Amino acid sequence: MSLHSGVVPPQGVWWKPAGRQERLWIQIAFAWCMVLFAMMPLWHLKGGQNPSGIRAKVVPTEFYERTREFVAEYQVGEVDGIPVVKPPPGADIYMIGKMWEWYPALILEEDTTYTLHLSALDVNHGFSLYPANVNFQVVPGYDYGLEITPNQPGEYRVVCNEFCGIGHHVMLGSITVESKGGAVSESTGGPNITTGAR
Amino acid sequence: MVEMVMDRLFRKCPVTGLRVHQTSETLVKFNAVAAIVAFLVGVVAAFLLAMTRWQAVHLLPADWYYRMLTAHGLNMLIFFIIFFEMAILYFAGPILLGCRQPAPKTAWAAFGLMVVGAVLVDVMVFAGHADVLFTSYVPLRAHPLYYLGIILFAVGALIAVSLFFAALVVARREKTYEGSIPLVSFGGLAAAIIAVITLLHGAAIYVPTFLWSLGKMEVDPQVYRMVFWGLGHSSQQINVAAMVAVWYLMGGLTIGAVVVNEKISRWAFVLYVLFISMASAHHLLVDPGMGPSWKVWNTSYAMYLAVLASMMHGFTVPAGMEMGQRLRGFRKGKFEWLRRAPWSDPGFSGTWLSLVIFGFLGGITGVTQGTEQINIISHNTLRVPGHFHVTVVGGTALAFMALTYYVIPLIFRRKVAFWGLARWQPYLFAIGIVCMSMSMTFAGAFGVPRRHWDISFTNAPFGLEFPPAVDMMMAGLGLGGSLAVVGALAYIAIAVVSVFFGQRVDFDKLEPGMAGIPQGIIRLPAQAHSEEASAKAHEEGAPGTMVLVFVFLAVFILYYFTNWKLLSLVWKIG
Repeated sequence: MSLHSGVVPPQGVWWKPAGRQERLWIQIAFAWCMVLFAMMPLWHLKGGQNPSGIRAKVVPTEFYERTREFVAEYQVGEVDGIPVVKPPPGADIYMIGKMWEWYPALILEEDTTYTLHLSALDVNHGFSLYPANVNFQVVPGYDYGLEITPNQPGEYRVVCNEFCGIGHHVMLGSITVESKGGAVSESTGGPNITTGAR
Repeated sequence: MVEMVMDRLFRKCPVTGLRVHQTSETLVKFNAVAAIVAFLVGVVAAFLLAMTRWQAVHLLPADWYYRMLTAHGLNMLIFFIIFFEMAILYFAGPILLGCRQPAPKTAWAAFGLMVVGAVLVDVMVFAGHADVLFTSYVPLRAHPLYYLGIILFAVGALIAVSLFFAALVVARREKTYEGSIPLVSFGGLAAAIIAVITLLHGAAIYVPTFLWSLGKMEVDPQVYRMVFWGLGHSSQQINVAAMVAVWYLMGGLTIGAVVVNEKISRWAFVLYVLFISMASAHHLLVDPGMGPSWKVWNTSYAMYLAVLASMMHGFTVPAGMEMGQRLRGFRKGKFEWLRRAPWSDPGFSGTWLSLVIFGFLGGITGVTQGTEQINIISHNTLRVPGHFHVTVVGGTALAFMALTYYVIPLIFRRKVAFWGLARWQPYLFAIGIVCMSMSMTFAGAFGVPRRHWDISFTNAPFGLEFPPAVDMMMAGLGLGGSLAVVGALAYIAIAVVSVFFGQRVDFDKLEPGMAGIPQGIIRLPAQAHSEEASAKAHEEGAPGTMVLVFVFLAVFILYYFTNWKLLSLVWKIG
């Protein structure tokens, strides 16, 4: 088979086996692709971070109602009109994204597992936990229940990272993680997070 | 008689010897010019965006930032790229196969629809009736005419694509070529099939959304996201297939790159067609609407078979270049072929840079971020645009720029204007886009959000200040972006001046080293070789490329597992 460029129509039978180098590379590439594939199920079995969650459809206003009941039950304070809620360890906890706030602010305990329910009231929002850099899509009409275990005490912020209209950039929520003793360690919560209203 | 008609409709290209149908050639010209107009709009928007995200400058007010972001996405990802791809299809079909344009009037109608659609969308966006960004996630609402504009554009593109299929049939029936269609046309065919898949998804989502905007039906936000990305991500796979076809084309024209094995390269294109539209899932990995098995299966394109395809091209494209160069006598050591490549020919340098940027940066970051769990630490952060600016811009757009330097003399039959600038343009653009994308990627690793007007969060109920390293990254974004804009404006100036005011090329008087004409056109490298030379070239193989691909694999493995490590450090989530 004579060699030619990609603009030349190949003549006769060009269905020929690959050369030695080409075959070797394709075999290695295929093996690598299998590793790439295997890593995902493997992480579901052995890894600690999976986006599976408990997923359900929900009417946005009903989810909002559920969140308000949750707030009424465990509220401990308020910042800028946003309630601050401290649920008991292991509880089902709620956070709703709406134009343009995360409702409510949460106080959690280190090394304790909660089921965090995320949803949106109006349009898509993006849950982005700073500085942990944990990101989830928040879709109206869907309840995303994720089991979370904060591993470091400190002040965390919830950035909205899905465009949700003109006020998108002021949509900032808060999660405070207290160490088992009850105090917030300022040093581990990431740089330059100011506490409370400014 | 027939001969006379043929003479009137066709010309013979003095460089390539191709029979060029005049109508197809005019269609290539008009689509290319429309592409560049859209590109200009996109570039102006790009500059304003870079100057806004660079927090120290923070140029635009919030409403204009999101408006420009919408315009940037649509003009670049949809109008520029698809107009350019239509030009490529008119070339890879009727011109490469030497046949007539099957339905000239329909082709012009398609072009007209695309122009009307694009103008309608841009008018709506700039009038402030569609501040919904490129993705227009329901229930964000734009003016109905915005959705209608996209539908018109898509219908036009679908018609143009079907004319490519028609050209394949006409060429076969009228026997305008012998043997099988060339590899470049085959790549065009893959792109065209993916385009049909993509545009059908587009219809499936924009028609209901248009009706929803008129209050005539409901659209579920999660379903919207899934079907929209059947359009949004798959359209990037048209770009990949078209770009790879351009790599093969430009390799051949600039340095006589050969097709190492027709079967392997075509299989790789077939794998694209079969699996690539599953990549919609890349955008839904941390969404509440789908379960883990759906996510794992789809995000991996059914066990990474489309990634395998890219890795196959990633070998065969440089290996074909290496063997082509070796056939031309550059046989010393492992890398003389690369060292002695025509680095001052923007057609070659642009192609090579596109290949390297797409593979090393775009491919590796894409596969890694598209891993189900790793997406937790990348979704909607600046890592995402950091990734796709090195695939679709550093990869596809740069490859199209390289191609332009050959289209200007071969199709427009003009010299390339500002030749000195043209020889630097691919480097300028590549350095700018790489600097910008890497800055975005690093900033994203800190959790800096994409599509966000003000990461200083002024007026937010809580305070948040990113570490100083992020300021540096955002400056890198601004500076790299500016450099890329300079490269892009240079490209536009060169293309526009060449096409409308350029000197005509006299193909009888081509001399080596002449300004305004790339070296591959002055002296086209051999496009076919004897059996003997081929046998020898096969025996020699591509030892330099073997080194390059293993370096690539090492970088890939390192980056991939580093990301798993980073993921393992965050909160336990399940």
